[in-house]
Parts: sequence; structure tokens; C-alpha cells
Amino acid sequence: MTTTVTDSELNAFLDGELTPARRTEVELWLAGHPEAVMRLEHFLAQRDALHRLFDPVLDEPLPEALIQAAQTPVRSAGWWRRQPWQQIAAGLLVACVGAAGGWFARDRQAAAEPIAAVSVPLPRQAAVAHAVFSPDVKRPVEIRAEQEDQLVTWLSKRLGTPVRPPRLGALGFELIGGRLLPGNTGPVAQFMYHDGAGQRLTLYVSTENSGHRDTAFRFAQEGPVNVFYWIDGEFGYALSAGIPKDELAKLATAVYAQLEPR
Amino acid sequence: MDSAALLAELPRLRRYARALVGDRMAADDLVQDTLERAWSRLDRWRPGSDLRTWLFAIMHNLRIDQLRRPAVECIPIDEDAHLLPVRASQSDRIELDNLAAALARLPEEQRAVLLLISLEEMSYAEVAATLGIPLGTVMSRLSRGREHLRQILAGDGPSPRLRVVR
Repeated sequence: MTTTVTDSELNAFLDGELTPARRTEVELWLAGHPEAVMRLEHFLAQRDALHRLFDPVLDEPLPEALIQAAQTPVRSAGWWRRQPWQQIAAGLLVACVGAAGGWFARDRQAAAEPIAAVSVPLPRQAAVAHAVFSPDVKRPVEIRAEQEDQLVTWLSKRLGTPVRPPRLGALGFELIGGRLLPGNTGPVAQFMYHDGAGQRLTLYVSTENSGHRDTAFRFAQEGPVNVFYWIDGEFGYALSAGIPKDELAKLATAVYAQLEPR
Repeated sequence: MDSAALLAELPRLRRYARALVGDRMAADDLVQDTLERAWSRLDRWRPGSDLRTWLFAIMHNLRIDQLRRPAVECIPIDEDAHLLPVRASQSDRIELDNLAAALARLPEEQRAVLLLISLEEMSYAEVAATLGIPLGTVMSRLSRGREHLRQILAGDGPSPRLRVVR
């Protein structure tokens, strides 16, 4: 019989991973090593406690978002990612951009697709959305932060891609909630935050950037509203608030850090 | 792989994620990301192979990505995270509150191996395949993890359970 039993072997004994011959040897060895027996008993108690602690999760009702994710690959990358409306929207945007170059095309497209004829720049859209909704005391958002799960699922579904409100608590801003808005060619999302003084901040998330030209942070001022915005792949982000530029820059940096794609 | 097979794996994916991550919402987010990635990588799924191992491997890789992301984490600290249903426990058993807190203090790599074996009851070989590490590494992390957990539970007593230090 081998005189030493390693820690790993002790664990393998517990997990039924030893050969029968070695198992017998370890059993004999254990008879002379009560402290090892005590450790084994503790490891067994760990296993038992882990089951008692986490097995109840097995019986929890499954969140709707997970059932959906198991059934339909809605938010996944891949060919199915583009919903029909997105393809149409992308087509319209291309048509619109093309139209800007040529008079004839503009006439034709404008007549055929009047909805796409007016393309408002991202910071303007965001600033207007901020100005419209942020002063609203009673109904600033459609879904409040208390139902954040629902908010995230719903907006992700409508935008056809995962969107999630970043955490800005470290910078003093808490999420109030969010809403869906019409953008230039389809839905966009707006998340709203406030700080202890009641100052409101909105993050506008659009997925209408078929150009895929990323940009660095840019700053815009629309009346009393300061806006930091940037484009990241198909996403356009704009952070708006009536606060000083340098303060807003810090928040924009925090948002950017959290939204960076995996 | 089909929806029904994925649905059948959901409870176990959730249990493991909850134990690994601690926070309920963050855990379910991880499960959701796992399902999405599974769909998007359907072409890499080999029919006949073990779906569970494949899904757990996807979750593991996503989790690694998560942990590698820079400091400001988009993970809410859920005050209720550890307020799992607690059944009456006897004095000779490990207190479940203490266990949740102690588990959170284990290094992630030890926690993952320990949970896959003690909670998910995978074989060492399955764990090696899931995590993409050698069998010897599985065994050393397991033995360090269990011993580490024992020491935390024995030595430090109950620790604050309101904040999970990440």
C-alpha cells in the first residue's frame, strides 16, 4: 500500500474518480488518519450545503426573457439578426443618403419614401427627445427602473439588438427608466437618469447607423442642452443633459466604458 | 439542438450561473447571453455531443470575457442576491448564508471547478472539457477550492453579505 494520499486523491475519493483498487487503499489509509476523515466529512457537508443553497433555483419559475431566448434567436448575431423592418429601414436610409447626392434621385425617392426624406442628425434628435421628456414630472419614462428586466427585454426586442442601461450610480445618477421613440427610420431607445438634485440626464440609443463609421466623442449644444455623442458600429449614442460640458464628459466616458461591445 | 432541448437545460444553467455569479439579475443575464451565443454558433454544435457540456462551455467563455472587461462593471449589486430560499438548517450543517458569502470570496477559477463538480456533479473529465483546462488543473483547483472554502467557513466566520467584492 502506498503510504501517502495526496489532497487531490482525497478529493477524487470523494467524487468517485479513483480506480477500485486505489479506492480500497485510500479507505485503509483513512482508518489511520482521522483528521483526513474530518476534512472529507466537511467536503461532503459543503456539497450538501451547496445543493441546499442553490437547488431551489431549479424550481423557480423561468423568467420570460430566458424562455424566449431559448426558443427564438432574436437578439443573436447572425443572418437572422436583422428583422424585416430593419432591412426596410436600412434600405430607406441608403436610398436617402443616395438621394442627397443626386437631384433626380432625390425627387424620385422623396416621392416614393417621404418618411425617409428628413434625416435629423443624432445629437439634434437626442437633444429634442431630452427636452421633450426630461421635464415631465409624472411620466418621464414608459417603463420605470423598478421593472428594469422588462425594460431591457422590451427595448432589446424592439431594437432587434441587446440594449441595456449603464450604471451611473458611482457618478451620482440613478436610472429612472426608459422609453421607445421613433428615430429617423425606426425605433430608438431613451434611458433617463436623475441625480440627488433632480437634474436629469438622458441616454439616446439608436441602431440606425448603417454606415458603420465609428467616431470619437463629439460634443454638441442644442440650446440649453449639452450633448456628447459617438457612433460605434450600428449604434449611435448620445448623452444629453443641461449640465456643464466637463461633467457630462465624465458621464459619457463612464457610459462608453460600460457599453463597449464584448 | 432545438428549443426544447435548450429549455430543458435552462434550470441547471440558471442554478450554476447563480452560484457562480451570486447576483440574481447578473446570473440570468449570463444565461441569456449563453442562449443567444448558442443560437448564433449553431453551426459549431455537433449533433450527438453533450449539449450541457457545450452550453456550460459557452457560459464559461462569456464569463471570462465579462471578467476581463475593464473596471466599471455593468453589474448591479442586488441586495437580495443572497436571500435565496433558506430552509431550516441544523447546527451541524453549514449555514447557508455563510456559504453564499464564503463562496463569493473564492477565486473565480476555484469556484467554477468546485461548483461544476460538487453542485453540477460533472466528472473531472467533463469539467476539463467544459473549461478547456487539463485534468490535473481541474484536480488542483478543486482541492484548493474545497480547502479554501473550508478555511473561510471555519476561520473567518460569517462575513458581511451585503456587498460582493468583485
